[in-house]
Amino acid sequence: MSYRLLSVDKEEPGLKERNYLGLSDCSSVDSSTIPNVEKSNLNFKATELRLGLPESESPERETDFGLLSPRTLDEKLLFPLLPCKDNTSATTGHKNVVSGNKRGFADTWDEFSGLKGSVRPGGINMMLSPKVKDVLKDERSHAKGGGLNNAPAAKAQVVGWPPIRSYRKNTMASSTSKNTDEVDGKPGLGALFVKVSMDGAPYLRKVDLRTYTSYQQLSSALEKMFSCFTLGQYGLHGAQGRERMSEIKLKDLLHGSEFVLTYEDKDGDWMLVGDVPWEIFTETCQKLKIMKGSDSIGLAPGAVEKSKNKERV
Amino acid sequence: MNYFPDEVIEHVFDFVASHKDRNSISLVCKSWHKIERFSRKNVFIGNCYAINPERLIGRFPCLKSLTLKGKPHFADFNLVPHEWGGFVLPWIEALARSRVGLEELRLKRMVVTDESLELLSRSFANFKSLVLVSCEGFTTDGLASIAANCRQLRELDLQENEIDDHRGQWLNCFPDSCTTLISLNFACLKGETNVAALERLVARSPNLKSLKLNRAVPLDALARLMTCAPQLVDLGVGSYENEPDPESFVKLMTAIEKCISLRSLSGFLEVAPLCLPAFYPICQNLISLNLSYAAEIQGNHLIKLIQLCKRLQRLWILDSIGDKGLAVVAATCKELQELRVFPSDVHGEEDNNAAVTEVGLVAISAGCPKLHSILYFCKQMTNAALIAVAKNCPNFIRFRLCILEPHKPDHITSQSLDEGFGAIVQACKGLRRLSVSGLLTDQVFLYIGMYAEQLEMLSIAFAGDTDKGMLYVLNGCKKMRKLEIRDSPFGNAALLADVGRYETMRSLWMSSCEVTLGGCKRLAQNSPRLNVEIINENENNRMEQNEEDEREKVDKLYLYRTMVGTRKDAPPYVRIL
Repeated sequence: MSYRLLSVDKEEPGLKERNYLGLSDCSSVDSSTIPNVEKSNLNFKATELRLGLPESESPERETDFGLLSPRTLDEKLLFPLLPCKDNTSATTGHKNVVSGNKRGFADTWDEFSGLKGSVRPGGINMMLSPKVKDVLKDERSHAKGGGLNNAPAAKAQVVGWPPIRSYRKNTMASSTSKNTDEVDGKPGLGALFVKVSMDGAPYLRKVDLRTYTSYQQLSSALEKMFSCFTLGQYGLHGAQGRERMSEIKLKDLLHGSEFVLTYEDKDGDWMLVGDVPWEIFTETCQKLKIMKGSDSIGLAPGAVEKSKNKERV
Repeated sequence: MNYFPDEVIEHVFDFVASHKDRNSISLVCKSWHKIERFSRKNVFIGNCYAINPERLIGRFPCLKSLTLKGKPHFADFNLVPHEWGGFVLPWIEALARSRVGLEELRLKRMVVTDESLELLSRSFANFKSLVLVSCEGFTTDGLASIAANCRQLRELDLQENEIDDHRGQWLNCFPDSCTTLISLNFACLKGETNVAALERLVARSPNLKSLKLNRAVPLDALARLMTCAPQLVDLGVGSYENEPDPESFVKLMTAIEKCISLRSLSGFLEVAPLCLPAFYPICQNLISLNLSYAAEIQGNHLIKLIQLCKRLQRLWILDSIGDKGLAVVAATCKELQELRVFPSDVHGEEDNNAAVTEVGLVAISAGCPKLHSILYFCKQMTNAALIAVAKNCPNFIRFRLCILEPHKPDHITSQSLDEGFGAIVQACKGLRRLSVSGLLTDQVFLYIGMYAEQLEMLSIAFAGDTDKGMLYVLNGCKKMRKLEIRDSPFGNAALLADVGRYETMRSLWMSSCEVTLGGCKRLAQNSPRLNVEIINENENNRMEQNEEDEREKVDKLYLYRTMVGTRKDAPPYVRIL
């Protein structure tokens, strides 16, 4: 398919320079889909075609959610199946000894944590055989360090986290967006998922419009998602877009493709993306579609002219 | 029992309602199997790919009600790409062909098209009830065919679906002769509603007990609707953006006062807080209250309302209620059985002091002795709190705690939350569903494996250290049916330790874990009765490279038991091993 076009790019020098729309490090794009790839590979992977889920394309996103215990990366293939047996004996072992050695929950808690905590929960009995205890104690100290250090900034957006239905996110977003003035600037859930389809692509995607603040961000994210489409000349219309215009045309050349980004507004009309200010666009956009340039003729008044311009370049 | 004629046995079976029990009955002997087969009216299929329509109809030819679930649970959170599957059309086609007397269809997470709805509406003369939860793929045109053609329609219940609203006149499509409606829920429709058509419909539906409006139904219309239907038991309110004028307010209040049967209230998508007092008169009767979409209502307004709801059994609310508000709930709602607290601010951008913490959770557990189900989103938690909750409420059946920030430890001691969750599973012997979050090591899974004997569904995210964690669970929780794991370091060793186990479960989901393609292939090799699906979204790319790297990690693994082998409707990016 047209994905091949991107593989050509792979061999060109200056891969990192692809990020010429001025976005921050786009290496974070893929970490949700391949959380355990070593950092050194991330930049390379970012330029490869990756079809991560829409929410993962936000450029500002932090990485590292999956890297709990880096040490296990190498071990995974060599991990013996023995622990299964160990565990069963451990678990059945102490289940049978219920009547004996009952220890206060507080005691075992103390031992594991290694802290003389000020809070002592009482009343619940909990006992483990010494063997299991030691094994877990070791792993705990490993995990503690890894876990705490890896806690990322709360602002990072992980795909599908927190686990809230997108229906709920969308509904809350449309409620709060109308009242942002009155409600103390509380941002609310702030998600606005719209479907994105592309002519010729086997499946459609969803993107959260609220994770972007400009057409450039949206287009770059969609581009990564679908890897070869061309923006309509929003650069010509958008206030911020003028200085980007030449770069966008350059990209058009490189890809040589003829795709145009369009959206369906609240009245059911299909419009070219970029004709209205970003804020109005997010409020009226119901769906996005990446159309072939030839299909987009007649969409908006200037559409015919625009596609002519493209060919001239 | 052998001496009774079949009709008598069948009559006895009528008293056995639960699916589990009926399944058990059918295993007793051939004769019972046969009687049970032909008398079975309600069939529940938890995974639409575990069986196919032909076999279903072959076994239960007299079925009247079918429940189907499609996509895995994590599809709710956008972890399953579009077009993955779960299409209902083949089922409806098969049922129509076989002339099954279908009366009720309940679907969850399935793809429903207008074509399916049209076919449904035309194929079953006695069709009475359509319930769609978290489905997608249809428009209001499909609803129009249901309205127009289902002469016996009693229930049309649309919950949280993605529906393309063509702003058509589907409500007008209910014929004037349609007077049988008992339940109508279109809260999830985003577009305009023909209010006049709605009012006429409600006026001619004397049996209407449940009505849930969408945001397009304004306040004055609500008053008229309620005046028409004082027999309502369950009401979902639309929106009132503006403060009502006194006259409208009085009209509304008068209408509400007459609804003495009202037991359940929901909606309030956009509501000016000053409208709430109109509902005060019926609060004392409410057993269910869902304010979880009411983003505008501040904590203190919520508190005033809740203070009047002394009989409440089910409460869904936003965390804007705060710990203070939860304390009020704990003091007032002594009958509370189910509580869900949703976040009003997902990205943690606000330093929101009004949000709920472990303090609210402990208060609820202390004040509400009948509490058995909880879903709680919060920013912080402590082991001490969880231990206290476990002590106060040993009756939990469902315990779902979601700490918004992954890997977050006990915020006072900086420990992992293993001990807290351990206390929960140890105390709550009847626990069937658990979702864990926060900083967790393998130890919590040891506790879960040891103590959670009744656990059927477990959701794990960003937890654990090694394969042992997953192994503890698989070895210990004998009743596990659905295990879903994301972003946790469990790999092939855990996956492959006991492959036979998966046939005792409905499904396993693992995404962003450490399982590799090689591991999945090995799993699939010896398991003809399991479908092992790999979702790698850049699959197209890889296919073009000639070698397949078996050490390559798998993005998403979804495996489920099935009696009908590989499904034929999977999209190209789903690989079934």
